[in-house]
Amino acid sequence: MTSALTREQHLDLYYFMRLNRELEEQMVRLFRQNKIVGGLYSSLGQEAISVGTAYALSPGDWIAPMIRNIGALLVRGFKPRDILTQHMARHTSPTLGKDGTSHFGDLKSRHVVSPISMLGDLIPVMTGIAMAGRYLGQKIVTMTWIGDGGTSTGAFHEGLNLAAVQKAAFVLIVENNQWAYSTPVKRQMPLRDLADRARAYGMKSAIVDGNDVVAVERTAREAVAHARAGHGPVLIEAKTMRMRGHAQHDSAEYVPKEMLESWKKRDPLDCYEQFLHQNKLWDAKTKKEIDARIAREIQADVEFAENSPFPPPELAEQGVYCAGCHTVEADWKRPKEEVMPPRSSVKPEWPIQDYGDLEAAPKRTAKSFVHGRQAGNGTRPTAASKATAKSKLLKKPARAPSPAKAGR
Amino acid sequence: MAETTYLEAIRQALFEEMDRDPAVVLIGEDVGVYGGAFRVSAGLLERFGWERVIDTPVSETAIVGAAIGMGYAGLRPVAEMQFIDFIACCFNQITNFAAKSHYRWGAPVPLVLRGPCGGGVHGGPFHSANPEMYFVHTPGLKVVCPATPYDAKGLLKSAIRDNNPVLFFEHKFLYRRIKEDLPEGDYTVPIGKAVVRREGRDLTILSYAAMLHTSLEAAAELEKEGIEAEVIDLRTLLPLDRGAILTSVAKTNKLLVVHEDTRTGGIAGEIAALVTESAFEDLDGPIRRVTSLDTPVPYAPPLEDYFLPNAAKVVAVARELAHY
Ligand SMILES: Cc1ncc(C[n+]2csc(CCOP(=O)(O)OP(=O)(O)O)c2C)c(N)n1
Ligand SMILES: [Mg+2]
Repeated sequence: MTSALTREQHLDLYYFMRLNRELEEQMVRLFRQNKIVGGLYSSLGQEAISVGTAYALSPGDWIAPMIRNIGALLVRGFKPRDILTQHMARHTSPTLGKDGTSHFGDLKSRHVVSPISMLGDLIPVMTGIAMAGRYLGQKIVTMTWIGDGGTSTGAFHEGLNLAAVQKAAFVLIVENNQWAYSTPVKRQMPLRDLADRARAYGMKSAIVDGNDVVAVERTAREAVAHARAGHGPVLIEAKTMRMRGHAQHDSAEYVPKEMLESWKKRDPLDCYEQFLHQNKLWDAKTKKEIDARIAREIQADVEFAENSPFPPPELAEQGVYCAGCHTVEADWKRPKEEVMPPRSSVKPEWPIQDYGDLEAAPKRTAKSFVHGRQAGNGTRPTAASKATAKSKLLKKPARAPSPAKAGR
Repeated sequence: MAETTYLEAIRQALFEEMDRDPAVVLIGEDVGVYGGAFRVSAGLLERFGWERVIDTPVSETAIVGAAIGMGYAGLRPVAEMQFIDFIACCFNQITNFAAKSHYRWGAPVPLVLRGPCGGGVHGGPFHSANPEMYFVHTPGLKVVCPATPYDAKGLLKSAIRDNNPVLFFEHKFLYRRIKEDLPEGDYTVPIGKAVVRREGRDLTILSYAAMLHTSLEAAAELEKEGIEAEVIDLRTLLPLDRGAILTSVAKTNKLLVVHEDTRTGGIAGEIAALVTESAFEDLDGPIRRVTSLDTPVPYAPPLEDYFLPNAAKVVAVARELAHY
């Protein structure tokens, strides 16, 4: 497979994926030593998705990571110590110990929104940031991630519909790792491709092999460019596999062994190392250097975290409200006069084109309805072969909606 | 100057804030071309355009979520619920996303969520809600319930300029029934401050929103019997003005709380706890309450009348308390 990235960028991808994995392995050790407060989630086998998608963004863009997106946080410039102190609930953590895991962010410089646990709710929020970004003339793109299970929430559907109707510069990565806790995709929705969800909102979608970081990065880059150009949101379904239980406490006996074995052969880091090797992008020495650097960084940050104090108890009472401690400032990239009267003034009328009558709409008969796509009929190509085949193109929705003016 | 209705006062606040600050935008269902189901935003689209007055799909979670995102990007969004009852559909965005944001990671959410609440207009079980206490129980939110046009305008301006998520409950019974002269020019009313609407020495009646007017009506009746009630308008339920409550109780030694919200878990219970904890020695009688019944809001006029507090009910309880 070819790629437009430079050698440096290819090595970056390796660095972040390996750092993602080694950091999580380290956290498993800390968990076993009882040093992690609360649960520990893993993105084992999914590192290519967090890293590849976040890598496709520009510095001014916004992300909101979910629990399995430590890789995206690393790409965004957070350090292992941020993630370690969060999980260990130390006073040095980005939230001072008030929240854990990947639940932290940075509004002003890294443009990272802290997630909440409730699945789906980031989608309308990131849509709102994209709408604000357009209003302020910023040309930004916003991105977040969601699991296969999370696509069944109401917030997912409300949020995507709003993003689509607003033509928001928003990219949603659906990490289809086949499981939502103990529930397989088949019991989550009668669809084989989660990308089909996008069709209901008249938005573009793509399917990509989530274990191929080069394909993920390229697909994400295309989607980001599409969204930034004002053509509307994009949903990317990345097919992958959750290689551990839902969290550390879950031994995941409900997952068939063969399924794990089959996916293990497609481990994203193994595949990528092979790719780097085949394309002569590195040698054993380079790998050794990067791996050693990662080990050093993690070691130093573990020490930092372990030596960090817990927060003082009285902190529990502080910071419920903003009492002038933070400012609210918009970064205007267009003249404000454009959005103030008299220039903002309009005729308050809807431009209605087709009167919604049946003649204006394409014919759709009962027959074509009956013969609509059926999920899981067993005659379709495997997820993997299909993913590769489709990874290059953005699928067009079946029927594009009439192009509404942004903001209407 | 012509008298201004409660509704028009809210509309003026939106107009003036949008004129003052281009970061202020309005988002909600039918707020633009139509001007809002109650016409609160009539004329705003015409003046401020499609980018600042945003008609959305019927998606309360998406409206509030998008408004939170706009706030993160430095805007000051005002989101409308067509009827406040629909706030139940976006409970999660409000209580888990907006309310906890500043505490968890220092990210302020400068959001105003406003809409018509309250009964007395035969709206039935789904168009009459007083949902304030779901949110008063949520640290990180502010909850504002104005009773007069002056306060509605001044408090909405304060809410828009506040860096925290503010729920602004507009009592729809008051929209066109309550009028007063408003001062020219910009003014604000501080969030978190109660106000004494009528002075008295025999008992304190605490209330807010439409029930303030019911309480004042009752106080006028009580005066004929020689009972001087002090009537306090809470205006903000979160944060509660503890000082104003305790000062008045120290003066009258008797407390009656009147609210249109249902009884169990209403603000009266919280106020009773506050006063017994902090000023038990000041009390010369039991803390009493007049509230709606613990039922959904019924539809038929006789049922709703039976359900709601009214001046006669307030007078009866106040009389008992005064003679206690
Ligand atoms: C709205 C909501 N309901 C329930 C949960 C509890 N929960 C956490 S993760 C999870 C499964 C999520 O599966 P999926 O979206 O596929 O993500 P994955 O864990 O596979 O990455 C559930 C049910 C939640 N966080 N949010
Ligand atoms: Mg999953």
